Order: sequence, then C-alpha cells, then structure tokens
Amino acid sequence: MTTTTRIERHHYDVVVIGAGGAGLRAAIEARLAGKKTAIISKSLFGKAHTVMAEGGAAAAMGNVNSRDNWQVHFRDTMRGGKFLNNFRMAELHAKESPQRIWELETYGALFDRTKDGKISQRNFGGHEYPRLAHVGDRTGLELIRTLQQKIVSLQQEDKREFGSYDARIKVFSETTITELLLDGDRVAGAFGYYRESGEFVLFEAPAVVLATGGVGRSYKVTSNSWEYTGDGHALALRAGATLINMEFLQFHPTGMVWPPSVKGILVTESVRGDGGVLKNSEGKRFMFDYVPDVFRKQYAETEEEADRWYTDPDNNRRPPELLPRDEVARAINSEVKAGRGSPAGGVFLDIASRRSADEIRRRLPSMYHQFKELADVDITAEPMEVGPTCHYVMGGVEVDPDSGAAFGHVRGLFAAGEVSGGMHGSNRLGGNSLSDLLVFGKRAGGHAASYADGLPARPKVAVDAVEAAVETALAPLQRDTGESPYTLQQDLQAVMGDLVGIIRREGELTDALGRLAELRERVAKVSAAGGRRYNPGWHLALDLRNMLVVSECTAKAALERQESRGGHTREDYPAMEPKWRQVNLVCALDGDTVRLTRKPLPKMRPELIGLFDRAELAKYLTDEELADFDALVPDAGEADNR
Amino acid sequence: MSAKRQFRIWRGDETGGDLQDYMVEVNEGEVVLDVIHRLQATDAPDLACRWNCKAGKCGSCSMEINGKPRLGCMTRMSTFGDEETVTVTPLRTFPVIRDLVTDVSFNYEKARETPAFAPPADVAPGDYRMQQVDVERSQEFRKCIECFLCQTVCHVIRDHDENKQAFSGPRYFIRAAELDMHPLDARTDRKEYAQAEQGLGFCNITKCCTEVCPEHIKITDNGIIPMKERVVDRRYDPLVWLGSKIFRRGETPQTSVTTARQGSATPPSTSRGGVHSHAGGSHDPQAEAQAQSGVNWHREVPHPTAPAVDDRGRLPLTELTFDRAAAPSPFGDDVAFPLPPEHLNFAHPEQDKH
Repeated sequence: MTTTTRIERHHYDVVVIGAGGAGLRAAIEARLAGKKTAIISKSLFGKAHTVMAEGGAAAAMGNVNSRDNWQVHFRDTMRGGKFLNNFRMAELHAKESPQRIWELETYGALFDRTKDGKISQRNFGGHEYPRLAHVGDRTGLELIRTLQQKIVSLQQEDKREFGSYDARIKVFSETTITELLLDGDRVAGAFGYYRESGEFVLFEAPAVVLATGGVGRSYKVTSNSWEYTGDGHALALRAGATLINMEFLQFHPTGMVWPPSVKGILVTESVRGDGGVLKNSEGKRFMFDYVPDVFRKQYAETEEEADRWYTDPDNNRRPPELLPRDEVARAINSEVKAGRGSPAGGVFLDIASRRSADEIRRRLPSMYHQFKELADVDITAEPMEVGPTCHYVMGGVEVDPDSGAAFGHVRGLFAAGEVSGGMHGSNRLGGNSLSDLLVFGKRAGGHAASYADGLPARPKVAVDAVEAAVETALAPLQRDTGESPYTLQQDLQAVMGDLVGIIRREGELTDALGRLAELRERVAKVSAAGGRRYNPGWHLALDLRNMLVVSECTAKAALERQESRGGHTREDYPAMEPKWRQVNLVCALDGDTVRLTRKPLPKMRPELIGLFDRAELAKYLTDEELADFDALVPDAGEADNR
Repeated sequence: MSAKRQFRIWRGDETGGDLQDYMVEVNEGEVVLDVIHRLQATDAPDLACRWNCKAGKCGSCSMEINGKPRLGCMTRMSTFGDEETVTVTPLRTFPVIRDLVTDVSFNYEKARETPAFAPPADVAPGDYRMQQVDVERSQEFRKCIECFLCQTVCHVIRDHDENKQAFSGPRYFIRAAELDMHPLDARTDRKEYAQAEQGLGFCNITKCCTEVCPEHIKITDNGIIPMKERVVDRRYDPLVWLGSKIFRRGETPQTSVTTARQGSATPPSTSRGGVHSHAGGSHDPQAEAQAQSGVNWHREVPHPTAPAVDDRGRLPLTELTFDRAAAPSPFGDDVAFPLPPEHLNFAHPEQDKH
C-alpha cells in the first residue's frame, strides 16, 4: 500500500505551520531574509482564528498617554501573569510591540486615529494606560488582512523578479501537517495532506516554525474554531520538544452554553452589574450560598438587600452575583455538578424578569443585538443559559525567549504565538496576544532563517519515517470497526469540560487521567467513513490524536500544581503559593506517555525586578527571594532604555 | 424545543452529484451551520463543508441556501417556515470540489493581480499621520471578511465562466477603491487600473453584491460607483452614449451617469414585480430610485441636443425603411410613459440666466 501511495514533494528553507498572525509574520520575516518559505494553512488563506480578536493590540506607543512606555507595559504583563511569565519574553514583547504595530502601517493597515492623526489607543483591563491599537472591534481581522496583503505584495515582487508569484513564498491552503520528520535531532521536514484532495505532501525543510494556535476544541464550551486542536503542541512533543505551563487556560465564567449557534460567546459581566441574577434549575438564586467568609461583610445576605443595592449602593451591600470571577465560576460549577444545572449543562442568567425590555435594550445594546442576530435569542424575554467557556491557552511549546527555538532535544524547530508558552505566565492580558503574534512571529521567522543559513548540510528525510506517517494517516480510513470520530470528540470534550475545566479538584483530575487513558485506546481504533477527498470525518480522526495528548498534558500539570494562580484554579488549594511561582511544569513525551518534570523559573534581571514596588512583590515572592530583592534594590538603578 | 426538519443538501464532486434528502433534528435558536454539523455527527460523517469561527467573522461557511448566497453561521433556522424544506447547495460560480466545498482559488488569483499598497517613500514607520475621517472611507472596505458571496452572486461571472479572465469581481473593486481612498497610498492609478485590468466596465451596477454582503459594505454605492464615475470622466462608455441618445443629452454630467444608465436599460414597465433582471437594471426600481437619493427638482440639467434630423428637418427613417408598422417614438421605443421622475430632464429656458 504505502509504496504505491503518491506523495508530492517540495523543498523549502523554512516551513511555517499555521497562517494566523504569528505564522504570517514569521513567513514574511523568513522571506525578507531571502529564504524560500512555505506557509501551511489548515483553512483558506486569511481565515485563521486571529480574525476573532476584537479588542486590539497592546503596544506602549504612548499616543494617548505619553507617560506610557515599555517598562509600564512590562509591569502590567508580569502582574497579569502573576509573575509566572518568562520575564525575557515579557520584556522583548513590551519593547518591540510598538515597532511591530508601526510596521503594519507600512503594509497598509488602517488603525483608528487620535485627533492628531496618530494611532488611537484604548483602555483595557490590566493595562495601566490606554494602550490597545484598534480598528473598531475587528482588530484581528485588520491584522490578518494586512499580513495577508503584505505576503501578496512580496509575491508580486517575486513575480517581477523571477516570473512567478510562488518563487520564494507560497501559501499551501487547506493543508494539514500530521508529522514532523527528523534526521537525528534535527528537523528535516513536515508530512501532511491536502484537505481538498486527500493527497499526501512532504515538505523537506531544515527549519520549521510552529504557529498553530491553541487547544480549545478539546473543551465542550469554547470560543475557539475547529482548527484549535493543539496540532503544534502535539507535533512539538512528538518531535522531542517540551511544553510548559499547560495547566493554565483562560476561561470566562459566563459564556453562552445554549443555543448551539452562540455556544461559547461571552456574556459580559455588566449583565450581572445591571441586575442579572444567576439561578439554578430549581429557580433558586443560588449565589447567596456561595459567599466565602472573607467577602461576607461586603455582600448582601438577603435578596431584598441585594436588590436595593442597584439603586442605593451606599446603604446596602453588593449582590453576591458580583463576586470575583473565580467565585462565580466555582458556584456555577458546584450547582451543575450537584445536578441543578440547566439542560445544556450551565445555569440560568436571568435579566429578562428583572428589568424592562426597554431598559435592557438601552443598557446592553450590543449584547441584545448580538444574540438577536446570531441566535434569535431575545434576552429581554427569557433567561440565558451560561457556563464557563474556554478561551485561550497560556501554556505551549517551551522556547528560547530571544529566538523562539524550541527547547528539548530537537533543533530547527521554532514556535510563536498561542502555541508557544511562557510569555503570558499564568494569565494573559487582553490585547497582549495580537502584539505577541507580531513580536515573536518576526523573531521566530528571522531565527529560523538564520538557523537554516548556518547548517553545513541539509538534514535528510528518512524513507521509513514517511512510510510510517502515511500508514498512521490512512489508518482511520482502513478500519471500519472503530467508533465515529465525532463521538470520541464529544467524549473527550465532556471529560475536559467537566473534570479539567475552570475549577479543578484532585479527585476529578485523577478521574480525568483515567478516562483519558481509556479514550486513548478508543482513539487508536477510530474509524472514518468515506474517502480521502475533503472528508471532515477523517480530518477529525487525525486531529483527535493531537487533542488527546495535549489534554493529557493539561490534566497532568493541573493535578501537579497544588495552588491557584491565574488560569488554574484548584478548589482544594485555593491560595496562590509563592513557592509554586518558582516552578514551571514541563511536559515531554516519553514513547507514548506524557512525562512531567519541574523546572525552576529563570531569575529576573535586577533592573527589571527593580521596576516593581516591594509591597507588590511581597504578594508573589518567597521570603528568600524578597531578601535577595532587598539586597539588590540599591543596585537596581536605571532600567535599560533600549 | 426540537423538531425534525427536511433538508436537501447537494452531495457530489466535479464529476456530478445531486440533492440528497435528510431528516434532521433542529433545535430552537440554531443556524444552518449547526444543522450541518449535526448531520456530520450523525448521518453524513463525510459531508464536506468549510467553517471556522461560527460567528460571522471569518467568511468560511459561504453556501447557497434556498438559492441565496449566505453564510451558514448567520442564517437562523427561525427564518424558515416550519414545514419549509431547506436546500443547501455549493456556491454556483466556483467549481465544486466536494459537497458544499468549492474551489475559490479564482479569488486568490485576482487578489494576487491587484497591485498592493504602495507605502509613501518619505514617511518612516511610526510617522504615519492620518485623520479618522480620512481613514474611515477605506476602513469600510477593510471590514470585508472575504466570504466571496459578492463574487458568487455577480452575474458577470456567475453564469459566464468566460468572463473570469477579464473580470476581478466586486471584492477586488473595493480593494482597489480602498487603496484609491487610502490617504497615504503612493500609487495614483488605481481607477485606471480597475478599468483597464480588473474589468470594472463589465459591472452594470445591479447591486446584487451589496445585497448579499454580510458585513453590509455598500460595495456599489461607496466603492464601485465612485470608481466608475471618475473613470467614465475620461473614458468612452457605450452605455453612456446610448443613454445620451435616448434622453437627448448632448453631454451627460458625471453625477447622473448611473441614472442615465438605468433609464437606458430598464423600462419601468417590464421590470416591476420583483423579476431578477440582469439586463442592467435593478431588482427593484423603486428602491433603486430611492438609493439614488431622490429627485432634486432644482437641479440644473444640460440643454437637450437637437434631434438627429437630416437637412430637410426629418428623421432619417421612413415607414418603408423601418421594421415597424408606425413611425418610431421620438423618445426611443424602449421608453414607457410616464417616465420615472428622476429621469425627467426638463431644462428650464431661464435656467442659465441666474
């Protein structure tokens, strides 16, 4: 069988897997360095998940508030990530994002403007100054379109010079990579298939940049698209690289869970601020049962008092619906697990019975229109069904902060964007992901190009590795006894959503690992009906393998980290623990099993740690670290003003 | 609240295929794409369909639903009658790959041919200064999610494959318009390019593209017409010539080019009743008239030209040489009365006096 399978072969200097913001920026950089570059896109060119980003791209340009600078941005980023960020990545990101944004203007981007004609910047949670460059609420689309059009302009240059648009940079759209091929410990190529035809394709290349995005499709309720199956995470693991911080996922406590047409879409917290209340299936306003002792004094104890707060906040205590995010999430989680959830596995958020239709439309116009248009749900007439929604993964490929080169025992592999880990620590600030794509996309592309230059000889792809990859890819089509990939995906999503979701407990995580092991057996036997031409069932069957191994990493790391920090909340360890801040959990693949190790965090340089107040650091650092800080502070001096 | 609903979905590939019937569960609040996903998970695991964001932002799930080009993720099931069969077919203008997936590479080829943004030579990155009001015109076109619904609905290529070579389509007209209106774009020939290379002249402003645009971009009014007007200024256009003959105008002022064109090809008597005419008129003349911003009764119209009579003061036609039984109407045989008010071009004899 395998010997007769036709495989198209291509030779490139740099292969970029992923055509979102990070991938396109990396490809532009590799091409500008003169390398023959391929861009592999799972979807059509320009459809990547980057288009979903609404808020903006954070860059300390100081256009709106001139006091903003990279040091302030760096501080905000570290704070947001609860000091677990790779400080060097946060530093590079803060320093370089303004240049990356300005560069986009030379590619044709049109950001919203300030009165004096500069790029306008908006406020966003966690950012001290207005910092997000934006275009209405479609900044992600502007970013992807701009990079897409820059690539087209480079292709036009190549057409003039070499007579072909594809001479030095080519987009392979609707193409999935299933395997990275190695020559010893060096990357030698990437193997995959064209989604349209099902034909196989082999890219021989000494350098590969992963820019595949996140892992959200392993969750029942997610705002992520079908592409987010953790491909890059899994490819890196199988090639010998390591993942860090996989326990940290960003969830929002109230995303829509029903109807399916809006599942995953976030319901802003202002719905609760404007009078919306959470109810369980028995109609009980359950948040009163979940006020922790530390908040007891600030929150109302009766519905009457809570309702008076909306009009008279000075003489009444706040309704418990306005507790911090994680408390709300925990309460929703408990109600659902106690069997008092809504039919779709959430709870009811009711504003319809509490405010007049006119008032709801006036106070929440965009919410009202969004649900009306997308789902014909009238939030003024009926309660919403809400639950925790998976949004973004902070964890990813462990990389060298300056070059984006993957750690572990593989060379020639680079990663940028959501697939790489470290930059955002345990929690990402809004707006930092778009600038992250640009800063580290450029770096990874540039370093991949110079790595390819520095190689004495091109690594060779082994024939048997290609044959094995073909066999793995065809296996689901050749079995007809296994389960449907759609069933398996639903089961995986149920395990991850129910047991490794927003609130985690030791027992559930252990249970999840057991179930994931069972699923692994079942996924190994998955069968897909139909042929090879554009067969979504087959595509999903191949993606499942990646989703599974990445889910195992998340579950293992979540079980190991016995504290709550950022995007990881353990009900059994609710506090943040300074000792755990010194530890990154690193996942590697040992044969077929995920191996977890602890690794100390790199130590922040004195001039960087000197940017923080001691009082703030005291919340995060151990006593020994604070003693070190006290010894350093006189020397911390002026920060490097590059 | 779920019910079984009848779906007919086109299944097949470039060698052929047909509509297949499915009974599928539909729940309250679902969109067509949800139903297709349910079909994939149950009856048709290999049903091919593109999708990504499921929120109307990426433009992947373009399909034709009951014959209308739509986004699957933005077409709510509640917009159909309870007993109505929903028919889903692939985009007609592009070659089918499999089921609902078509080969849209035509669009990417045209994108590659459209000259890219030309940065101003003497402005450094970070020094770009533009006013919000100036960027807004181009920003409207940059909302485009590249769903290609405007491309598939455009009748210049929808049933005329042979035009694809010379015609880029609405998506790339607004790309050219966007660059033309970009405050700092260094190229000055965007309009000429659109006319000479993109086939802008093929477009006869039926506004189908504007109607299907899920981003509500005014493709025709804000993109194509401004590009055409200024091009027409400098170029010979046979339709304008025809319009001027029928309406006895020696010279058609720029701002009424589109009006003249409509009058020339859409006799009001034949296009009423919602006929989807692609002969050059609009689907709905009344809406069209409204879109043309009503009638300004105080406008000044050019003086009529003299009739094309010979030196004896007669039209060069006789009953013997003409193919009809009676003398032709001096207004043109395809003009019905009363004329739509916006086509009236009475020039008051005194109008030049003030």
